[in-house]
Amino acid sequence: MAPTLVGMPGESHFAALEPLLERVTKPIQYVGGELNSTVKDWNCGGYGPKGDERTVRWALMYPDAYEVGLPNQGVMILYEVLNEQPDALAERTYAVWPDMEVLMRERGVPQLSVDGHRAVRDFDVLGISFSTELGYTNMLTALDLAGIPLHAADRGEDDPLVVMGGHASFNPEPVADFIDAAIVGDGEEAVLGATELIGEWKAEGRPGGRREVLRRLAETGGVYVPAFYEVDYLPDGRIQRVAPAETGVPWRVGKHTVMELDEWPYPKAPLVPLAESVHERMSVEIFRGCTRGCRFCQAGMITRPVRERSITGIGEMVEQGLQASGFEEVGLLSLSSADHSEIADLTKGLADRYEGTNTGLSLPSTRVDAFNIDLANELTRNGRRSGLTFAPEGGSERIRKVINKMVSEDDLIRTVAAAYGAGWRQVKLYFMCGLPTETDEDVLQIAELAKRVIETGREVAGHNDIRCTVSIGGFVPKPHTPFQWAAQLSAEDTDARLHKLREAIRADKKVGRSIGFRYHDGKPGIVEGLLSRGDRRLGRVIEQVWRDGARFDGWSEHFSYERWMSAAERALEGTGVDVAWYTTRERGESEVLPWDHIDSGLDKEWLWQDWLDALDETEVEDCRWTPCFDCGVCPQMGTDIEIGPTGKTLLPLTVLGSGKQTMVREQAARGA
Amino acid sequence: MAKRTPEGPPPPPAVQKLRVRYARRGRLRFSSTRDFARALERALRRSGVPMAYSAGFHPHPKISYANGAPTGMASEAEFFEISVTEQLDPEQVRSALDDALPDGIDILDVVEAAPGALADRLEASRWQMVFHDIESGELEQVVQAFLAADTVEVSRMFKRGRKSFDARQPVLGARVEAGEDPRCAILTVVVRHTTPAVRPDDVLTALSLVASFAPPRPPLVTRLAQGRWDETTAEIIDPFDG
Ligand code: SF4
Repeated sequence: MAPTLVGMPGESHFAALEPLLERVTKPIQYVGGELNSTVKDWNCGGYGPKGDERTVRWALMYPDAYEVGLPNQGVMILYEVLNEQPDALAERTYAVWPDMEVLMRERGVPQLSVDGHRAVRDFDVLGISFSTELGYTNMLTALDLAGIPLHAADRGEDDPLVVMGGHASFNPEPVADFIDAAIVGDGEEAVLGATELIGEWKAEGRPGGRREVLRRLAETGGVYVPAFYEVDYLPDGRIQRVAPAETGVPWRVGKHTVMELDEWPYPKAPLVPLAESVHERMSVEIFRGCTRGCRFCQAGMITRPVRERSITGIGEMVEQGLQASGFEEVGLLSLSSADHSEIADLTKGLADRYEGTNTGLSLPSTRVDAFNIDLANELTRNGRRSGLTFAPEGGSERIRKVINKMVSEDDLIRTVAAAYGAGWRQVKLYFMCGLPTETDEDVLQIAELAKRVIETGREVAGHNDIRCTVSIGGFVPKPHTPFQWAAQLSAEDTDARLHKLREAIRADKKVGRSIGFRYHDGKPGIVEGLLSRGDRRLGRVIEQVWRDGARFDGWSEHFSYERWMSAAERALEGTGVDVAWYTTRERGESEVLPWDHIDSGLDKEWLWQDWLDALDETEVEDCRWTPCFDCGVCPQMGTDIEIGPTGKTLLPLTVLGSGKQTMVREQAARGA
Repeated sequence: MAKRTPEGPPPPPAVQKLRVRYARRGRLRFSSTRDFARALERALRRSGVPMAYSAGFHPHPKISYANGAPTGMASEAEFFEISVTEQLDPEQVRSALDDALPDGIDILDVVEAAPGALADRLEASRWQMVFHDIESGELEQVVQAFLAADTVEVSRMFKRGRKSFDARQPVLGARVEAGEDPRCAILTVVVRHTTPAVRPDDVLTALSLVASFAPPRPPLVTRLAQGRWDETTAEIIDPFDG
């Protein structure tokens, strides 16, 4: 049933939603009103010279459940950045659970924002942030519930522009049918640019309609509008070329890069949900990018170059965020946090500053070295030392050379010895299965490694009460990495290899009981791989599987491999390509890849050379510490990597808890 | 290697205990008691209330919650207690904490704890149920049938499975009024706290059992008061009095 609610644009539909809340699980996720959330006047931007409204309104969606979406930093940053603009407003919306979806369809309640319970269709832009491709089906549910046509080509003047962002937008082709535009790279500056452009177009009375505003966006060179590009295919199914079909539209679309992180201290006032979420803490991003050059790592490749926030900038954000939110834990976020040039001073400074305030500090870092443990020790001065995580990623020295993770087995053993020696009782090791050139032997080496870890741990700890958990998942080749040409290992082969590894770990009873084994089966990885390296022909697959009932594909209890395979078979019929073609097929140097026209800053020739080096088991150094290896990012940005040290330190001062001055009796009495 | 123990001095002792009454209003009636606990701990930190903490590796602020209303029901009379490490001015605590909590969770009253347990002062609740699309006359008949019964067995799912209990005896009084809108009826019930507690939804189940009563929409439920039960005056006494 199509949404039937009528009313003024921007009106609250809470009254229609409320009766449904009594009948769904965790209703609190739909009501909004979180600390530091905002509902702005629908017409805060006023009117243009001829009376045309100029407010630019964004509905920001994280296409997963509220508990996962709310803590998402990207959305939180854009929400605050946009709401600070006098003539823009932003509200949030999340994927509704199937029980709510059924009721909303029954009662004709459309997709709403959680802030003002305004209809998503009333906004100018629906911005969707995809960290993973497994959110695509949730986007279709939201569009459908909102009453927005699924296909961009079918949308009219009253429909919002559907704009995607997040890491998945580095290959937007599989959702080209459904999105109007994609913004690639850092979002904070980019959304302001788009807002200004859309605001001007609105104030002029929307000349030329949505096609015109999309054209203006595309002409900037930083917004990809799939409808303005044409894709031709070769008889064998490969892409022949992707070319602009509209004048003034660039051949390649560039990514956005914010160079001075200190100028963007967001979120300043983190959202604090009432409902439980997956991250019960606030986060401060301490740098963006990573230069270690692990060849499997898309995040590391597409966020180059490294840009650090200064130690004092971080200190201010932590202090301000704690004041504004009351969170009891702060995560110092980045891709590899121990790599910040002043991380030692930073962790010591923060640990001193918040000593005695019951504030926890955490550092997501999986670097395999002793320094990482020193940092962890500093952050847990007075806390419990439960678990430390390291990510050697590959089981054998050989495969670690292939992926460019430069850790020797002895390094690893030395590191875990230091961890157990410092009182940590549990060590978690992350690995991947299905890496290029990998054999059973490479993976079985993980069992040997885990045994040595336990034996060493028992020795240095002096007791047997220590554990090691091996966590392993299937490798998914990603666009804009040296492995973008690689064949993905099939689900069956992945599962068979993981099975052998489990047997090998269990074989030795004496140490085996101290080793936990966690693995993800290969099936979801194949769907992720299909969507990651797919092209426009996958639009039909995504639509089909969604019509067949796919929702929340990132959740194992909702995900169905069979549903995806059956949908793919039907939707790809007659194209000459299939799931295996997209996943387990190795690509050649000259093949046009579906994302070649999205410019991540990395030279394709450099990536290809790095791929050949991988096959040769040749490593490259980290360009943060050693000379540049010419990946192409820095010259293109016209900069060098932006790192410290600044030489500054944090003063041991905090105002956290100072509010008590107004409450203490003697003072209150004296003041009166 | 010996197991690590926390270093440094033990946490400062509690010197004062405060009792707090708060309301849960509007859309925030959908928050659960656990949601509230999280929000409260954060609000206490934001506002700088010098909380007393338990000792150990995972110190917890000393807060005790009492008898929270079920998720989905509003309340004007929820209570908790906190222990603090300095002598505080209760009214200052009230306004600071109210500012630090989201709108809809409103701190109404803070007092220094009198002797005895707070839970002992919470013997009964007055609940209001607002029914839409029901006339008061119809509701009145149903309620009379319920009051006329000696016992009405209802059952509900608990963590350990389904349980049956009497929903009639704990009901100390019930009154029906017409709402402002003629198609709206208001039922007020006073319920003695027993184990398991008889909740408004249990009363509703009981009504449907005695008179096949099925409102088109679930009522809007609000706890209006909670406190000691005075047999002689048949009234609820504010737990902060006396
Ligand atoms: S260290 Fe390696 S895996 Fe981690 S973010 Fe950097 S490149 Fe990626």
